[in-house]
Amino acid sequence: MTTPPAESIAASDRTPRADDSSVVEIRGVVKRFGAYTAVDALDLDVPRGGCFGLLGPNGAGKTTSLRMIYGVTRPTAGTIRVFGIDIGADPRAVRARLGVTLQENVLIEALSAVENLRIFGRYHRLPGAELSRRIEELVDFLELGSHARLPVRALSGGLQRRIAIAMSLINDPELLILDEPTTGLDPAVRLALWSRIRDLRARGTTVIVTTHYMDEAERLCDRVAIMSAGRRVCEGAPRELIETRLAREAVELDCTRAEAVRLEAALSGAARPLRIGNRLTLYSDDSDPVVAAIHRLDGGERRALIVRPANLEDVFLTATGAKLEGGA
Amino acid sequence: MSVSWPHAFAVWRRSASMYRRTWKLTLLPNFFEPVFYLSAIGIGVGAYIEQMGGTSYIEFLAPGLVCVAAMNGASFEVTYNVFVRLHYEHAYDAMLTTPLEADDILIGEIAWAMTRVLIYGGSFFLAVAAFGLAPMPSALLAIPVIPIAGLLFAVVGLAFTLRIPNMDLFSFYFTLFLTPLFLFSDVFFPIRERLAGPLLLVAELLPLLHPVRLARAAFEGAWSWTVAWDLAYVLIVSGALLAWTRRAIRERLIS
Ligand SMILES: Nc1ncnc2c1ncn2[C@@H]1O[C@H](COP(=O)(O)OP(=O)(O)OP(=O)(O)O)[C@@H](O)[C@H]1O
Ligand SMILES: [Mg+2]
Repeated sequence: MTTPPAESIAASDRTPRADDSSVVEIRGVVKRFGAYTAVDALDLDVPRGGCFGLLGPNGAGKTTSLRMIYGVTRPTAGTIRVFGIDIGADPRAVRARLGVTLQENVLIEALSAVENLRIFGRYHRLPGAELSRRIEELVDFLELGSHARLPVRALSGGLQRRIAIAMSLINDPELLILDEPTTGLDPAVRLALWSRIRDLRARGTTVIVTTHYMDEAERLCDRVAIMSAGRRVCEGAPRELIETRLAREAVELDCTRAEAVRLEAALSGAARPLRIGNRLTLYSDDSDPVVAAIHRLDGGERRALIVRPANLEDVFLTATGAKLEGGA
Repeated sequence: MSVSWPHAFAVWRRSASMYRRTWKLTLLPNFFEPVFYLSAIGIGVGAYIEQMGGTSYIEFLAPGLVCVAAMNGASFEVTYNVFVRLHYEHAYDAMLTTPLEADDILIGEIAWAMTRVLIYGGSFFLAVAAFGLAPMPSALLAIPVIPIAGLLFAVVGLAFTLRIPNMDLFSFYFTLFLTPLFLFSDVFFPIRERLAGPLLLVAELLPLLHPVRLARAAFEGAWSWTVAWDLAYVLIVSGALLAWTRRAIRERLIS
């Protein structure tokens, strides 16, 4: 793992339950669209000053939850407080202090980054001089350089995403909400964006981020919550989740359903299995007995195995992948 | 209604900044359209018509076309442009991540549509006055009719735009709604003299007739009780549709 472990441990020590230091406090929130329940009995606390990851498969209810936090989706039941303010009661006051990068870019393509930022800054009623100063800072901070004066439609996806993030920072928010900020970006751009997000966190900005990249969540987030079908299935610091919910190591192999059944019987609960299609992954704190059991099953001829440390993706798949496994 | 005027002004400024980039392309066609009608029909067809409604035909056309200019100024803005901002540019979703609220967006957009109404309706009125087709000073009273007509068509158009799922339906709005209004609202001939009972009743319910009658009353300096009915119609329908669009924009943007 590239993240210094000390950082994650420090973060996990930080107040997991509600108190004054929670920037967002979600209590018993339900959101129904007609008969369909998109978010179900959600409780969540986002501690001040860290990076909080909201993870989950497509349609899990991440975007819906974020929209409820900034008040454009109204919960069917439950309460949400942001900065201690009831979002339903005073959305203007809450939104003045936060910034949102939507899942899809909302730039005016014919205008440049600077012009986009200027129009967006006016929504926050920033006075002209302060707005110009903020724009200059953000052009520097996101390294837009000379691209800042070209029409947005002429720029790459990575630059457009950076401009979208710059817009959500125009009011110097205490809380930054990023809905899949790195989807579709190349590895270098992703790395650069992570470092910007870390800079913001270092300045005390609270960041809520959704992503489908588990490596990203593991490296970037102090805490993550995994949602599935509108419910929170687990929450904690990434390392802590891996070790407490799963195991330290993973063994991966290809096998038939019948082989998998025999292997699971032979291991008799010593490893936790996850089968997706023909791929079987076995989780345990010590992989040696697992590997030995596989070799016994194979007899003479040895199949290819991967032995590796367990990661957040494994937690994600075991927590949310049950349906995939059953359906495969 | 919880409108914050400074925030509504920020919405207005977004459209104004975009317009500043393209006004040279849109101002001329929008301005010349009623000028062409006035000259082709007023001078061309008018040559074969001795008089209509007690004046020369071109003078008869002028007040109605002022209202048409206002109607068109509002309509293009609140149909295609609002639809693009709503569904393609997601401008309103972006606005709602800031302290702006749905009411600010609605009022900002209506204010912007009204600005275009004043630009197009106002410049056409000036052209009409320059050609000596607006009897002074009575025709000056037609100036407030421009924003009145503009507001009416801004909310009528918005009510349509906020409810339709795709842009193709605008051809219905323009061809099957605005075009008949244009042709059967006292602009080209006094409908009372040519249409039969039930059709007159239908015309009376439709929006363009009332501003046209108000503008004509101002141009002719001939006021009657119909003016009170026309004003009442315009104010009540605008107010009712404003309330309706308020609900519609909320339902579109907030779930
Ligand atoms: N306005 C709406 N009306 C009806 N259903 C909706 C609405 N908004 C969201 N949903 C449904 O709620 C569910 C959750 O959607 P949401 O966008 O929150 O998922 P997500 O976790 O963000 O997914 P993704 O990873 O694909 O972005 C989906 O099934 C979606 O179709
Ligand atoms: Mg989403």
